Amino acid sequence: MQSTQQYIIALLPLLITGATAIAVMLAIAWRRHYGLTFIVTSAGLTLALLSIVPALQVAPLDVTPMLRLDAFAYFYSALVLVATLACVTLAHAYLGEADSEGFPGNREELFLLLALSAAGGLVLVSTQHLAGLFIGLELLSVPVYGLVAYAFFNRRSLEAGVKYMVLSGAGSAFMLFGMALLYAESGSLGFAGIGASLAAQGSSLLVQAGIGMLLVGLGFKLSLAPFHLWTPDVYEGAPAPVAAFLATVSKVAVFAVLLRLYQLSPATSGGWLNDALTLIAIASILMGNLLALNQSNIKRLLGYSSIAHFGYLLVALIASKGLAVEAIGVYLVTYLLTTLGAFGVVSLMSSPYKGRDADALYEYRGLFWRRPYLTAVLTVMMLSLAGIPLTAGFIGKFYVIASGVQSQLWWLLGTLIIGSAVGLFYYLRVVVTLYLVEPGLHRHDAPSNWGQRAGGIMLLAISVLAFFLGVYPQPLLDLVQHAGLAVL
Amino acid sequence: MILPWLILIPFIGGLLCWFVERFDKSMPRWIALSTMALLLGIGLWLWASGNYQLAPAPGAEADWAVQFKHVWIERFGINLHLALDGLSLLMIVLTGLLGVLSVLCSWKEIQRHVGFFHLNLMWILGGVVGVFLALDLFLFFFFWEMMLVPMYFLIALWGHSGEGKRSRINAATKFFIYTQASGLIMLVAILGLVFVNYHNTGVLTFDYELLLKADLAPGIEYLLMLGFFIAFAVKFPIVPLHSWLPDAHAQAPTAGSVDLAGILLKTAAYGMIRFALPLFPEASMDFAPIAMSLGLLGIFYGALLSFAQTDIKRLIAYSSVSHMGFVLIGIYSGSQLALQGAVVLMIAHGLSAAALFILSGQLYERLHTRDMREMGGLWSRLPWLPALSLFFAAASLGLPGTGNFIGEFVVLFGSFADSPWVVVIATFGLVLSSVYSLAMIHRAYFGPTKAEGVLDGLDAREVSMVLVLALLLVLLGIFPQQVFDTSHATMNGVHQWLDAALSPSVSAR
Repeated sequence: MQSTQQYIIALLPLLITGATAIAVMLAIAWRRHYGLTFIVTSAGLTLALLSIVPALQVAPLDVTPMLRLDAFAYFYSALVLVATLACVTLAHAYLGEADSEGFPGNREELFLLLALSAAGGLVLVSTQHLAGLFIGLELLSVPVYGLVAYAFFNRRSLEAGVKYMVLSGAGSAFMLFGMALLYAESGSLGFAGIGASLAAQGSSLLVQAGIGMLLVGLGFKLSLAPFHLWTPDVYEGAPAPVAAFLATVSKVAVFAVLLRLYQLSPATSGGWLNDALTLIAIASILMGNLLALNQSNIKRLLGYSSIAHFGYLLVALIASKGLAVEAIGVYLVTYLLTTLGAFGVVSLMSSPYKGRDADALYEYRGLFWRRPYLTAVLTVMMLSLAGIPLTAGFIGKFYVIASGVQSQLWWLLGTLIIGSAVGLFYYLRVVVTLYLVEPGLHRHDAPSNWGQRAGGIMLLAISVLAFFLGVYPQPLLDLVQHAGLAVL
Repeated sequence: MILPWLILIPFIGGLLCWFVERFDKSMPRWIALSTMALLLGIGLWLWASGNYQLAPAPGAEADWAVQFKHVWIERFGINLHLALDGLSLLMIVLTGLLGVLSVLCSWKEIQRHVGFFHLNLMWILGGVVGVFLALDLFLFFFFWEMMLVPMYFLIALWGHSGEGKRSRINAATKFFIYTQASGLIMLVAILGLVFVNYHNTGVLTFDYELLLKADLAPGIEYLLMLGFFIAFAVKFPIVPLHSWLPDAHAQAPTAGSVDLAGILLKTAAYGMIRFALPLFPEASMDFAPIAMSLGLLGIFYGALLSFAQTDIKRLIAYSSVSHMGFVLIGIYSGSQLALQGAVVLMIAHGLSAAALFILSGQLYERLHTRDMREMGGLWSRLPWLPALSLFFAAASLGLPGTGNFIGEFVVLFGSFADSPWVVVIATFGLVLSSVYSLAMIHRAYFGPTKAEGVLDGLDAREVSMVLVLALLLVLLGIFPQQVFDTSHATMNGVHQWLDAALSPSVSAR
């Protein structure tokens, strides 16, 4: 029997994140102070991140049937917290300094919503129970509705918020129905319990429908084709730091839970589900890359590219043995870094808030000759997304291809190669735009001292990390290996 | 420790070029020049001091003239494994030489963003040196892909735009996508090889020496070999996959063309000799007739298209396709003589193509066109340049006394015993190569003049660059023995692998 103290230590990251949300709320109610809110939020999240270290001492531990806090959960918790911290600092730069011209509405609540959503992400990555999955998912998504529409006086932001809310609600409804069907058939809500009971009785039509609906729901959140239609619009409309949050935290957390579900209940893997996932992966890779080809808006482009990237990740998920879990971990880390970096540059270019984000590609023309280091960051990120050596993205892609080869998924690998070739075209288009000199264009620049602010420092650190991991990935690989999922 | 420095020197030199640009416009050029001179100097020193009788061969532990090994990514058994033998040494010396020349030939041509230009140039050469030294398949792939990015920038940012405004960017993108996509196919093949080996032996490794001993089923070996072959075929370029080359050459700045024709194409040939043949000898021998037919196709197709071009750089680009066809035949003939001939031809073609591109770059600086229909009669208007062009055109058509002749002759001579018909047909390619080479000279330099007035003569820098190349080409044509000696051991090893594959009773593996 574990002592209560151990439970509390194991839950520390989640508890601290929740407490941060409450503290921020109280601080806002007490006195509106932009700087203070920012400091409270980032201090709380940092503390939560640090508390993972003591929590790892008591892992693995089951806290209630819902949460299983093991190395896997803490690894993804750390990813969620790091990404949230990055988004918080970006948002701080984006909204502008307290007393200067900048964002016209209330600024402080953005941090509150980010902290709440991060708590949802933490629940999601450690759950092993359908109820926990649902709670975590809703806690993650509902604040995001508010975040996407945070610049509500901007028509596009509001439209994106409503669109995301409606579609996400529909996705949740599908998922809830799927869970109900699964429960009706198996009599259990735990991942492992479902797997065991279904393995015993074989899968009926109801179970298949349930799993299918669950997949639809998760597919919505991960914006896999054919459930991807909302992605570009929402990414375009959302303020840049929020788009970064949406592309990283919410996707990483959902993918982590999908991985756990897939690994823990064997009944959900194999058979027609694998075929369905294969088709989804192929469709995502092709659709994402092909639709990105003609985008002239960098946020939409990144949206489409994230669809493709989750298609690549599905390749590793389908491989599901050997290197797969490790590959997913590595790929998610590299994806997280690069996406944060790319959206970070967009945020800094648009900061302080100027009514609309600097997201049109022509605004980046010749940026290199004005802001060389910022451009170097974006170049590294684009090359990393394209998977070129010397960047972290290459290691991720290498891992995914390795797990695909190991499981002999030739069709998926073929699609992956075609997708990467197509993808190169638009990543390179962005890169070369940065270096072209076109005199007499409207100049939309990051503040010249961007590198000395929190957002800028964070961005430089991310790009150095992306480069370092591309050259010497061994520390990351060790970390991910230890965070493997212990199959029960 | 000298080997990592060979790779690091260009990278560091490139960064320095970028940093000093803000102080002085011409400093990057001097730094780049001394970096490349240093690389060339180290290469020559290694040549003088090393023992190039050592090379990998079947049946024994591989010996190398110089070797460097350090753990890199433990998880996959990936090492920073660099090694030098005669073949890599020759290629590195060539890289250093052409590196010096490509810095020199852009001395006047490049005026915008000098530092960043030289950063890209140095990084290409650093990546190429890495390709020539890497003995870990992962490391090899790493450098193979890495050199594409700076080349892309070189073409996209400093290239010449043809008709359309974006044509240089399109050419650069086409180059990048072709090579990157084929590179990924090679990555899949590499991983396939590694996992087959892992399955058999339980050791996860990317090391060349260990993978040489991998035991492959014939069907799998053939597939993996094809994966490597496709990647090399794109860079080579072999005919159905060549269409990026003329575009890239036509739009690239002179230094880019020199590197592309002189060195980048050689990485593919090097990859075949170093990796594709020894790793998959049986499959390669099965595949040899197809590869040789592709070589023949390349010789004739390249020559015919070359003749039809009006753009002088496209003409030279297609002639590269034709010459590389001979190299391909030499590589897949399996005879040691032909393999050594292929190496000489690679070097000779590197020198002559580089010289022709430098000359056409100098022509472009004076006339601002590459269209041969607008040239004509230049012999009377320009001293030096037409005569030098004639020399290199003659070298390119394989005139005895130049390195190209030695290379082509030895390739054909060595292949004749095993595949006489291929050689008989390929010999006619030589006729075509004299047709297009002389046609180029005729169209550009003879005939009626299109405009009056004498053009600026060549200055000392321009003349000496070309004269050095001419001298080396003649030297290679008259005293090729030094090159033959240096590459002998490596080629002997490759030859033994292929021989073992041909005679199934004696298995050296």
